[in-house]
Amino acid sequence: MTVTPAVEILDIARRFGDIDALAGVDLRVEPGEFFGLLGPNGAGKTTLISVLAGLVRADRGSARVLGHDVVSDYRKARRMLGVVPQELVFDPFFSVRETLRLQAGYFGLSRNDDWIDEILHHLGLTSRANANMRALSGGMKRRVLVGQALVHKPPVIVLDEPTAGVDVELRQSLWAFIRKLNHDGHTIILTTHYLEEAESLCNRIAMLKAGRIVALDTTQNLLSSFAGLTVRLTAPELPRGWDAHVQRHEGAHYLLTLENYGELERLLAAFRQSGIAVAELSLQEADLEQVFLRIMKRAA
Amino acid sequence: MMPAFGSGWAALFYKELLRFWKVSFQTILAPMLTALLYLLIFSHVLESHVSVFDGKVRYSSFLVPGLVMMSVLQNAFANSSSSLIQSKITGNLIFVLLPPLSPLDIFGAYVMGAMVRGLVVGVGVFLVTLWFVPLSLEHPAWVVAFALLGSAILGILGVVAGIVADKFDQIAAFQNFLIMPLTFLSGVFYSIHTLPPFWQALSRFNPFFYMIDGFRYGFFGLSDVPPLTSFAVVATCCAALAALTLAMLKSGYKLRH
Repeated sequence: MTVTPAVEILDIARRFGDIDALAGVDLRVEPGEFFGLLGPNGAGKTTLISVLAGLVRADRGSARVLGHDVVSDYRKARRMLGVVPQELVFDPFFSVRETLRLQAGYFGLSRNDDWIDEILHHLGLTSRANANMRALSGGMKRRVLVGQALVHKPPVIVLDEPTAGVDVELRQSLWAFIRKLNHDGHTIILTTHYLEEAESLCNRIAMLKAGRIVALDTTQNLLSSFAGLTVRLTAPELPRGWDAHVQRHEGAHYLLTLENYGELERLLAAFRQSGIAVAELSLQEADLEQVFLRIMKRAA
Repeated sequence: MMPAFGSGWAALFYKELLRFWKVSFQTILAPMLTALLYLLIFSHVLESHVSVFDGKVRYSSFLVPGLVMMSVLQNAFANSSSSLIQSKITGNLIFVLLPPLSPLDIFGAYVMGAMVRGLVVGVGVFLVTLWFVPLSLEHPAWVVAFALLGSAILGILGVVAGIVADKFDQIAAFQNFLIMPLTFLSGVFYSIHTLPPFWQALSRFNPFFYMIDGFRYGFFGLSDVPPLTSFAVVATCCAALAALTLAMLKSGYKLRH
């Protein structure tokens, strides 16, 4: 039995003037996944989300949310989707509770104050429920944006840089809440510039550059296939021929990037042959930031 | 306490009502005061100098339907146009574009919200002016019909202006260079029969003239143009504008890229 994908994007393209914001993107996100969408500024992440949400019309291709086409069956598609926008926007006329009730109302939902109370509780907004939106701090406004995306209990939730400009404590609590949502069965699609966030939360990641997908795999596969090692060592000098691997160098302290453990063995052999003593050595497996930078460089 | 919403349209309509109700000093009381000032000043200055409908109606009484209709039209336009342009500029229009609201839902909510504000202000102006001026209500059905159509047309124009404009300045230009001149030159303060023939003829191309003339007929049973003619013109304008606006909403023009 085939499972309907949570999101299915087929050959989506969109041009703005002379720029291909999306140049033929194919993507499939399975139900229950925690999916990361990474890329530099201008890669097309927000455009892709906007196509899915019906805010932008694609020049070609199709997009579906749980089997419903976002153009021809937009009512059902939009009911399945909750979007937390990147920009901190709000309506200054209303309180937090009014904002959430109205948003639920736009989806045809009423008398769901119990769910709204639960959202307010999980987002730490209960004490500010009757405050006007203008009176909230930036972090609280961002929490309300998350609440607005959840108020109609969508099975698929898209968060466009939800922790941008947010303090550490709020970021941690948002991550915990988003993890809980995923654990409860919601499909999460996250775009973020915080790569440690993507590495920590996402099971699968797509990397976008100039409107194209340049990498698409599980987080673990991306880390192991492109990863390499970071080596910190202290030595009076490096053996000849290893300068190209140096990331940083301060006096006798070197930071090198190596492809794999085999290359580490060759480096240590080179030190032995040169008679150069290594005073200190530590290893660090590459993180997603390094994977990302290498993939972006390769795609250039 | 918020009502239970049966559909997305109802919630958006309620939001439009709540929006102007929360600032009712500015949206309802202020226009009422403005209209009252127009009545007191113009009737004081012109009562003994201007004759309308061959002297069958006092000038101050003649003014009231025009002022009521002017208030209805201007406030209906202001509600939908300001709501849309504010939402576009602040970015919170996204909360209306993300839900499964159809173009008709969006059109209906904004236009009916505008109509309610226009009519509330109009009724307020009418009630206040009753204290100062004797009025008759010969054909209340025409009063209601033209009030509804007039507020609908200006509500729709407000939606168009809100969609097309990118800045507050452009809405102000629409209001000051189109809506206000058409309103003031439509017979609010005078009967078009007092104008030279050229300007009389030109007035007949102004749809606002038919709204006000037909509305005034409902009060006095007197008009410059037969009420059925006025009704036909106004209803046709309303239908044409509605079709155009729905087409704009369906295409996503300036709302969805």
